[in-house]
Amino acid sequence: MQAAGVAAPLKVDIREKRFRSTEGVGVLALRDLSFEVGTGEFACLLGPSGCGKTTTLRILLGLDRDYSGNIRMPVEGSHRIAAVFQEPVLLPWRTVEQNIRLTLPPSLKQVVLDELLEILGLSGLQTLYPSELSLGLARRVALARAFATEPSILFLDEPFVSLDEATADRLRRLLVRVWSARPTTALMVTHNLREALFLADRIIVLSSRPAKVIGVFNVDVPRPERDADQLDRLVLAFKQHFAGVEGFA
Amino acid sequence: MNVDEDARAGLVSGQPERSRRRAAALLPLASTAASLIGLLLVWSLVAGLWPSRALPPPMAVWRVILAELMSGDLLYHLMMTLWRVAAAYVIAMVVGTMIGVLLGRRQRLNSFFDPWLVLFLNIPALVIIVLAYIWFGLTEAAAIGAVAVNKIPNVVVTMREGARALDERFMEMAQVYRLTKLDRVRHILVPQLQPYFAAASRSGVALIWKIVLVVELLGRSNGVGFQIYLYFQIFEVAGILAYTLAFVAIMLMIELVVVQPVEQHASRWRRRAA
Repeated sequence: MQAAGVAAPLKVDIREKRFRSTEGVGVLALRDLSFEVGTGEFACLLGPSGCGKTTTLRILLGLDRDYSGNIRMPVEGSHRIAAVFQEPVLLPWRTVEQNIRLTLPPSLKQVVLDELLEILGLSGLQTLYPSELSLGLARRVALARAFATEPSILFLDEPFVSLDEATADRLRRLLVRVWSARPTTALMVTHNLREALFLADRIIVLSSRPAKVIGVFNVDVPRPERDADQLDRLVLAFKQHFAGVEGFA
Repeated sequence: MNVDEDARAGLVSGQPERSRRRAAALLPLASTAASLIGLLLVWSLVAGLWPSRALPPPMAVWRVILAELMSGDLLYHLMMTLWRVAAAYVIAMVVGTMIGVLLGRRQRLNSFFDPWLVLFLNIPALVIIVLAYIWFGLTEAAAIGAVAVNKIPNVVVTMREGARALDERFMEMAQVYRLTKLDRVRHILVPQLQPYFAAASRSGVALIWKIVLVVELLGRSNGVGFQIYLYFQIFEVAGILAYTLAFVAIMLMIELVVVQPVEQHASRWRRRAA
């Protein structure tokens, strides 16, 4: 998986995560889920809907501490984490620029954001309020906010869900651009195989609930070459790789 | 005619559009003025038909207002009442907001203190005022405290609703990005509570100034309530109306000059929705 000697900034080892329903019945969401994400790597967690991907992410984000297991967060770099949620989660009462600046650590409060906004096509929109933005633009602001903090690891939870395909495609390209300009260790959760193949260096494939890792797929094609035809070939290769693997949905 | 129709259809922008909007903004003002003038007319008509000390005509009241203004009494008593209103308002809003947010966020505390709240909501203002004067003496602190205690339960109820309606997603965002406590309060908590605060505040001022008059009547030696009590003892209705109208005018001024601009500023992000 990981070449010896290379620092693994994120090491996840969740033994068990249970949800208790109101009737007191325990539902096993995750069991023996372990994987690593290497420095500067863009990894995708791919799995069927409802398999526990978002649960995993919430644990990694520190929003859910009720689990057993170990998580080693990045030790080098800024020690900060950033997240792009399923919804943009922008403060409606603050402008685009205020929304981005709010999450910046003190050392970055005065940083110039022009270049980042330029890459994401947000120039000139700094003084607008989120209610004046389309959903696609609001997600770009959420991306800008995440990258602006210069995190040592970035988590993305299906950030392009509920967008029309054309908008989602444009945003994926923007994500590649901004990620190339500011290489960041990233872990994205998705159930969309083509999206994962387009964005990731490595795809960690999860089984249905309780989620555990059933395999890893390395995407060896450089990102600029991942056009529609290439993606078709990658999908085929991926399906062949996982044909007959137990638990693959 | 043609232009007018176009403007109504929203096709012509710029100058005609703007003046039309200004006219539209003036219209409620004009109707308010007409309505108030109508009230004055009815009042003077009735006072003219049945001349009596119990209902002086508007001009008589106006003369009392001028005389009291010249002597300085009006301003002194208005200011005393205004300061009590302000003090009670600040105390009630601060204490009520803190308790309300706490109860809204902590389910256990809420279920314990909810009966207390219901009890306090139903104690008549007069009882609280009388008890405050008995327990703490006829002091300024007792007066203002009694008014605040009357208002606090209402603030608590409204702010508790606000705290219950807080959006967890913003809290989680703040946690992930490690926002400071101050930033969380300033940018996430306060803006979400602001509409509830405005609602509590609005009904608060109206309620508080009426209770302040009772407090002054029962145990203070200055203020609008005290003056009204004096004029009541000599059955001088012109004086009663003079002080009442002067204070109502001041409260309306505060509403127009302070409250409305502040609310418009606080909700600026709402109105520009695409």
